[in-house]
Parts: sequence; structure tokens; C-alpha cells
Amino acid sequence: MSENENSGDAPRKSASDATPAVSIAKRQTNRRRVLRTILLTGGVLGAAMSGFLPLVYSQKKRLRPPGALDEKDFLGSCIKCGQCVQVCPVQAIKLADLVDGVGVGTPYIDPRNQACDFSCDAVQCILACPTGSLTYHKPAFLPVRPGAALAAKPILLAKEKDEEPTLNLHERFGVARLTRPEACLAIQGKGFKGQTRGPDFKGQMRYMDVDRWKPVKISSHPYDVAECDLCVRECPVKGAISIETVFAPDGSKRKSPVIHEPCVGCGVCEMVCPVEPGCITVEAGEVWKV
Amino acid sequence: MSALLKRRFFEQIKVMFGADPSKPQQISEKAMQVHELKRMTNKADLQAVKSHLRAHEEKSTKWRNRRWATLICANLLFTLSFGLDIQILEGALTASRFVGFHLIDLNSALQVMLAHKHIINNLLIGTGTVLALWALLGGRTFCSWVCPYHLLAEWAEKIHLFLAKKKLVTDQTMDRRLRTVFWMIFALLAFGTGYTVYEAISPTGILSRALIYGPGLALLWVLALLFFEVFFSRRAWCRYACPIGLTYGVVGIISPVRIKYKLDGCFHEGDCRKVCLVPHVLDTVIKGRAVETEVPIGPDCTRCGLCVDACPTGSLTFEVKGLSKLA
Repeated sequence: MSENENSGDAPRKSASDATPAVSIAKRQTNRRRVLRTILLTGGVLGAAMSGFLPLVYSQKKRLRPPGALDEKDFLGSCIKCGQCVQVCPVQAIKLADLVDGVGVGTPYIDPRNQACDFSCDAVQCILACPTGSLTYHKPAFLPVRPGAALAAKPILLAKEKDEEPTLNLHERFGVARLTRPEACLAIQGKGFKGQTRGPDFKGQMRYMDVDRWKPVKISSHPYDVAECDLCVRECPVKGAISIETVFAPDGSKRKSPVIHEPCVGCGVCEMVCPVEPGCITVEAGEVWKV
Repeated sequence: MSALLKRRFFEQIKVMFGADPSKPQQISEKAMQVHELKRMTNKADLQAVKSHLRAHEEKSTKWRNRRWATLICANLLFTLSFGLDIQILEGALTASRFVGFHLIDLNSALQVMLAHKHIINNLLIGTGTVLALWALLGGRTFCSWVCPYHLLAEWAEKIHLFLAKKKLVTDQTMDRRLRTVFWMIFALLAFGTGYTVYEAISPTGILSRALIYGPGLALLWVLALLFFEVFFSRRAWCRYACPIGLTYGVVGIISPVRIKYKLDGCFHEGDCRKVCLVPHVLDTVIKGRAVETEVPIGPDCTRCGLCVDACPTGSLTFEVKGLSKLA
């Protein structure tokens, strides 16, 4: 749009007194316009490049929702609509902001604050995804990383007695790891009494003995255990974690949480761990290593 | 459609991609007669009629009000569906479900298809539905009737025009071909890098998510764009940059909903072009340009209706092609 289009009668004027002086001025305006256009191009493209940061910083891993494709495919296919956020009954899924560096508007889970406890019973976030970023079955052309595939469909303890006790999940989205064994209460042989994570913690979870369909705040559900086993007690997946007797480096026997192959990486153990900072964490996108 | 209108139809598509509208080489006999008659009219008489009309003019905001109400309701429906859990329109503008039916924004869908190179059924269904919807409703109708950035930009434009009137800022125009270039760059980037980079800077997506899921720092980019539009270049994003606008514009090529221009009563005062987001589509209202006595406005038009409100002579109206034949 040039300036003579701003008003209806301007074009006639410029046409009638088309002296060289005007055309030089016009040429100058045009040249300035070209420069401005180039500037705007640079500005917008520069800003767009910041959009690539998640690819550059992909070492900073965030836990994606269940059924997420491998990070690069996930970033390419996520349409950033947040429908997975909307269906989650415990609001475990959040959308990333500019500073999170994992892609503006893409969903992630911060399990220490709110883990996915599968209280929807059916990985509804996958069902809600319109683009297949979260998927029950990976398309054939996308490879499955060794150790990412689950040996069997995970059995959800909450619906173990149902006709169909499994979750429709074929790949894990992370693996739990005991990152600070020295702080673990179970290893120290200590018990735990009270609200895990304190009275102000907002995290929610479904307790089968409270209400199968209504998750409640963890702070409303205090514990009293002689030997801490919260991570095992609350793990929603059958056979994913247990307290085992292990040998310490000095040869003495002690108890310790041990993670097993069925672990899908939901992060409930990380959320309920009463130690600050937590001593068990989920490693996002990690695979099972024997 | 006459041969002249057909030629204009194709020229308007070129104009949408960034070409400058040109003077028509040929004008129909009927239109020529009207142009001639207007030229022969006594200047003083014409002036008298114009000032009489101006004196009795009532400023209408009918279409603007309807549009703002629609835009706000649509976005509010998204917000309330999640906020109050009424689940009518779940998701964001990029992709959503209306009582269960998938709806997917055409530009976002295109980005995802190019980047991911795998199309699942839901994506196809949602894209098809939205394509059919906007093909019927007018293509860029999406821009002015739904896009939340459009509304903010409209308000920013008011500030810009106020400052321009005070001679504090001037509108720095750009080359409109830039939007086509951006469209291609972002399509190529999506295809080449396998990453939907445009979605990271799309003010439409950022605003829609902010309205539904709460504000974030990404809004700073939207603010920067608005700042640019207020102080440097009027409606710069919508006019010269946004690839979503071009995508919907292409859809609007075949749309039956459009603005129709009637040559007879027009005084060629240019009020419509002053309020228009895309004045190049209104080149036909310039004195001596209309090739027929009735000319439909081209696909880059957002069907916002500001020109319909602004026109003192009723020469611009909404038209649904085919409906007039029924009536």
C-alpha cells in the first residue's frame, strides 16, 4: 500500500503532476519502504529463530505427557492446543512458556509438583490429542528406541480387578531413578509420619480408599508408616517398584526402593517422596537399561 | 460472471499475494456510462448533494458491534469451556473440539503436516471441517471475526491513528509481497527442519492460549508487535506478515460470502479505504476504476464490514453469492 492509496482522490493528483521532482521523491519513498520491509523481515525471522531454541536446548529434558513421540517428532507434530491439559483430572499437564525453553505452548509434566497418577484410568490425554503427538500406536515409520518399549501393557493397580486392567501404553515416557539414596528414609530404616510434602502442597492424587473418581489433595491424606515406603505404596503401576533387601557397599544388608521394568515414568514416586529435595526422580524420555 | 469480472477475479488473487492493483484496461459499456454520467454532473450540484448527505449522516457501527461480539464470544467460549469445565469448545484456536467434533486451524494444520509428514485421521477430519466452514463463511472472515490478535490490533490502530492525527507518528508502509515470502519461508522451515517454528511466534496461538490457560511471557512478543503497530506501521502484522491471513485468504477465493460494490451511488470519497485493513482490495471504488456496475471485493478482504459501516451512500454491502438469485 503506498501513500496515494490512503485517500480516494490522491491518485489523480499524482498522475496529473508527474514531474521528475515527484518521481525522485517517490523513488526515495520506495527505497525507504524496501529498507523497512527488509527490517521487518529480519525482525520477524529473528524472533522466529528463537522458536528453534527448544531444538538447541533439547538436552534440558522435560517429561512429556504419556504416549508422547520422541522429542524431535513431538515438537514437529504438537499443534499446541492444550486439549491434553483440559482432560487431565489432576492438572498434571502444563503448557510451556517462553522461558521454559522446551517449545512455547507445548505440554509437559513437572512430576515433583503434580505427577500423572493415571486417575483418568485411560490415558485420556492421548485420546484428546488431535495430531498424534501423543499416540497409542506409533506409526510404522517412526522407530522405537531400544528400552523405550514396555515388555507388557502396564497393569493399573487401581483397576486390577476390572475386566481390562491395563493401560493402553506401549512405550514409557521416562524411568524413575533413586538419585539421592543417601537421603532416602527407607535406606536409613526410618519411618514417616504426617503430610508428605507439607500442609501447603497443592498436588493431588486419587486414593482408591477415598474415591475412585475424585482425586484429592495429598495434604489431606497423612501417612503413618514405621518404615517409609511411600514411593512403593502409591505407585499406580503393578510391579514397577518395590522395597528390596540389598547389600550396601560395605557388605551390610539394608532396605531400598528398587525400580523394575514396568516403570512407565509417571512420576508419582517423585511427587510423594517426603524428603526435600526428593530422592527419587523421573528421568524424562529415559529408556530401560538392563 | 462477465469476462471483465473474471479478469478482475484473477487479478485480485495476484493482489492478495502482493501485486499492486492496476488500472483496468477495459471497462464494460454500462459501467462506462455511469463513469461518464458522474463526470458530466455539475460540480456544484454534486457538492450540494454530498454536503446534504454528510449533514444527515449517521455513523453506524452495526457490523463492527456484531463482529466484536462474535469475536469475544468465540474466544470466551474457549476460555469458559476450560475455566468452568462446560466442555463445549475444548482446546485453543490452533486445534479444538466443538462438542466432540475436531476443528483444526488451517495454517497450524499445514505446519504440522509439513513438519511431521504424517497425517492422522483426526487431523484430517478437523482440517477438512474448518476448511469447509471458512470456505463457506468467507476465508479471511476468520481474521476479523475470530482472531483475538485482530481485536487488539484494531484497538492499537485507534491509538496509532490518534497519534498520527497529532502528527506524532506516521504510518511506515511496507511491501505487501512480504507476507507471501513469510508464508513460504515458514512452510519451508517446517518442512526442512521438521519443527513448526511459526507456531512459536504466532500471536494468534499465543493469545488464544493465554486467554485459556493463563498469561505467559510469550505475550511480550505480542506486546512488541502491538508497539510496532502503534508507533511505526499501521496494522503491520496483519497487513504484511501473518501467514495465517494468507492461508485463509486462499480459502476465501471460492467463498460465496463477500462485500459487493455498487458503482451507481458511490461518490468516490474514499471513506471505506481509510478504515480498511486491506485497502488494496477496494481499488475498484476509486473514480473510474470499476469495470462493472457491480463488483465483488477480492479474496484478501477480511469481511470485517468496517467499509459497509463507513460508506455514507450504501454502495458497499455484504453479499452471499447465489442467495440473491433465490430471493
